[in-house]
Amino acid sequence: MLYFSKFKSISILLICLLGIIFALPNLLSQNTLNGLPKIIPHKQINLGLDLRGGSHLLVEVQSSVRASERMDDLYDEIRMELRRNKISLSDIAQSNNQIKITLSDDGFKGDLIDIIESLSQNVRGQLGSGQLANELEIIEQIDGSILVSMTEEALNDLLRRSVDQSIEIIRRRIDELGTKEPTIQRQGNSRILIQVPGLDDPKRLKDLLGTTAKMTFHLIDPFYDGGNVSRSSMQLKHANNESTYVVERRSIIGGENLVDAQPGFDSQTNQPIVNFRFDGQGSRKFGKITTDNVGKLFAIVLDNEVISAPIINEPILGGSGMISGSFTVQEANDLAILLRAGALPAPLIILEERTVGPGLGADSIKSGQIASVLGLVLVLIYMFVSYGRFGIYSNISLLINLSLIVAILSILQATLTLPGIAGIILTIGMAVDANVLIFERIREEVSNKKSVINAIDNGYKRARTTILDANITTFIAAIILFQLGSGPIKGFSITLAIGIITSVFTAFTLTRFLVALWIKRSNPKEINI
Amino acid sequence: MFMKPIKIIKLDTSINFLSKTKLFVSLSFFFVIASIFLLFSRGLNFGIDFNGGTLIEVQKISGNAEVSEMRARLGQLDIGNIQLQEFGKKTDLLIRVEQLTDKEGDQQAIITKISEVVGIDYEIRRIEVVGPKVSAELIKKGIIAVISAVISVLIYIWFRFEWQFGIGAIFALVHDIVITIGVFSLLQLEFNLSIIAALLTIVGYSLNDTVVIYDRIREELRKYKKMPIMDLINQALNLTLSRTLMTSITTLLALLSLYLFGGEVIKGFTFAMIWGVLIGTYSSIFIASPVLIGLNIKRDWSKNDAE
Repeated sequence: MLYFSKFKSISILLICLLGIIFALPNLLSQNTLNGLPKIIPHKQINLGLDLRGGSHLLVEVQSSVRASERMDDLYDEIRMELRRNKISLSDIAQSNNQIKITLSDDGFKGDLIDIIESLSQNVRGQLGSGQLANELEIIEQIDGSILVSMTEEALNDLLRRSVDQSIEIIRRRIDELGTKEPTIQRQGNSRILIQVPGLDDPKRLKDLLGTTAKMTFHLIDPFYDGGNVSRSSMQLKHANNESTYVVERRSIIGGENLVDAQPGFDSQTNQPIVNFRFDGQGSRKFGKITTDNVGKLFAIVLDNEVISAPIINEPILGGSGMISGSFTVQEANDLAILLRAGALPAPLIILEERTVGPGLGADSIKSGQIASVLGLVLVLIYMFVSYGRFGIYSNISLLINLSLIVAILSILQATLTLPGIAGIILTIGMAVDANVLIFERIREEVSNKKSVINAIDNGYKRARTTILDANITTFIAAIILFQLGSGPIKGFSITLAIGIITSVFTAFTLTRFLVALWIKRSNPKEINI
Repeated sequence: MFMKPIKIIKLDTSINFLSKTKLFVSLSFFFVIASIFLLFSRGLNFGIDFNGGTLIEVQKISGNAEVSEMRARLGQLDIGNIQLQEFGKKTDLLIRVEQLTDKEGDQQAIITKISEVVGIDYEIRRIEVVGPKVSAELIKKGIIAVISAVISVLIYIWFRFEWQFGIGAIFALVHDIVITIGVFSLLQLEFNLSIIAALLTIVGYSLNDTVVIYDRIREELRKYKKMPIMDLINQALNLTLSRTLMTSITTLLALLSLYLFGGEVIKGFTFAMIWGVLIGTYSSIFIASPVLIGLNIKRDWSKNDAE
């Protein structure tokens, strides 16, 4: 156990050296690092959101909203088609994402089914099957009525598309905030995990995500006389005051025709406004409608709230316009961002939020540093006092062990969290265990009057299985912890697992190597352990 | 050059650990029962990870924070049950708002309200919101994690030793976990996701200790085929005692500095770990080892060598 081939010695020293080299960038500031030649490693440990500050948001895409929107459209389409084909209805009702249709004359049922089938779109079928499936399910009931609902495949496809589009829109919106390295990932079927580091104003991020930003333009219902609202109109509230508007349900143009939106100021009132521009098709549509409706009011509606209801003074032919809605500068700014990035396909709901301000993050780093240094010093002193010369060897190993952990974390670009620091500190305490086991064995062998070399040799041999067994069990716990893995805890399990591997490695290689070196050089007659 | 190393445990130490087995086992049995009783009567002080709700940490920008004044401020908001406590420093407060409804996303309105009344002279340092869906999932994940950790290490020990050793280790583990949970119930300390992490680490640590002792028992079993089992286990415990204490002390030194200087956020976690190291060390000596006597372990290890 005390013989090391040249190759082995060099490998051990090389690994330790590499550990130090790869750990070093973490002691330098980013500026110093940038000044160094490329050949020196530059990777630093990735700090988690709890250390550098930032927001972690888990949101759910409410795709059911889109399903009911689709059913609304379908309801209108079916009625229109029936009217066009002169088939008379006895009843049509929509509830629970189902449309129930009863015809006056059952003889036209075949035609009705043909109509519905023609309205049904193709959707992607079972994931991976590559086949297309029907969007709509048609059930003929005993009483002669027909039930229309969306198929399982259609709902899944809708959800999948909604999440995909949401991820894209969220990315565009967050990019507009100018933050670095946001993480936006799909989680499960309907969820998206958003992690944005170093944010000054987390509320702004949430406001940007919490707005669907579906913008539509509607004409104000000219026939509304203060009584009942007709089926083709709807009543909407103003976003900033108590007034309500009755507008035509059908929008004249929507946000999907926008090509640009920029914040600006009204040249007359100096109020913040948002300037927007339509694409070619939108410009033509908008021009025609404003030409036909000069003198009338129209409403600009954002997420079912009226933000502005100006009068059409003259035809707007250039395809650009402005929204003035008594905004603050930031509100105008954010609305422009939202309009540019596009509307979310469905509303998002925040299921989980963990936001840490930069102040707390910095404090946590500081206390983590103090605790690690203190814990390390205490353990170093205690090991020296307990094992003398061998304590020093073990201490050298412990320091190398720490730099190996830091190096591996840097290379893997794993995220270091506050619990991760706790994991490192815990490793400092537990890493010496392997050496303690070996030293205690050597101590026993010495008391049994074994020669120095025999005692050390046996000590290492006998402790080996114990060390492996003991560490594998802790390693299993660390792996399970990783699976449980919510952010910070994952960080803890990673450092714990890496720490176990490096501490077993250093005990069997470096400490042993140092002990062997000492024996070879001074050939001691007795050992004090 | 080197002073003589200090030894806390002399090599010829011979403590009869097993002489008081009855006392310790009944004591532990009592504590386990008491913990289970506490768990059902008093319950756990679940944090927002498991109960859902909102947690906001604030720091007074100048001067000390005042709990009563803050309570009055938040009281006007009509946002349900609010818990308020000082958090580590005199300037820091922790605001906790219970989950009122089952509706996801409700909590965001509460945060807006609180920030409005608090934001003037306090800095918001941390916001955590866990909705009902996520909290329910975290409970499930936490329970699955602890149980699967216990089962997988059981399998490992079974594979490496003999089934009796597996049973002994499980006794010790369940003992440690249940009593740790009992302490959290007794002191009504916040029980959150990081405590689950601590529990799993305790599982790892306690087992580490147990395995080292078991390994030694197995080795002694091979060496002394005729020695009475009581004496044999006692001898193994004495031989490993120095190591057991050394490792516990170094780990405790590290944890203690973390507890005192590591900041308020992970105090609960560190407390659980310190407790876990103490009870894990106790249980591997006084629970895991005596159980082997009761289970009648195999004496002849000459064949079927596990090494």
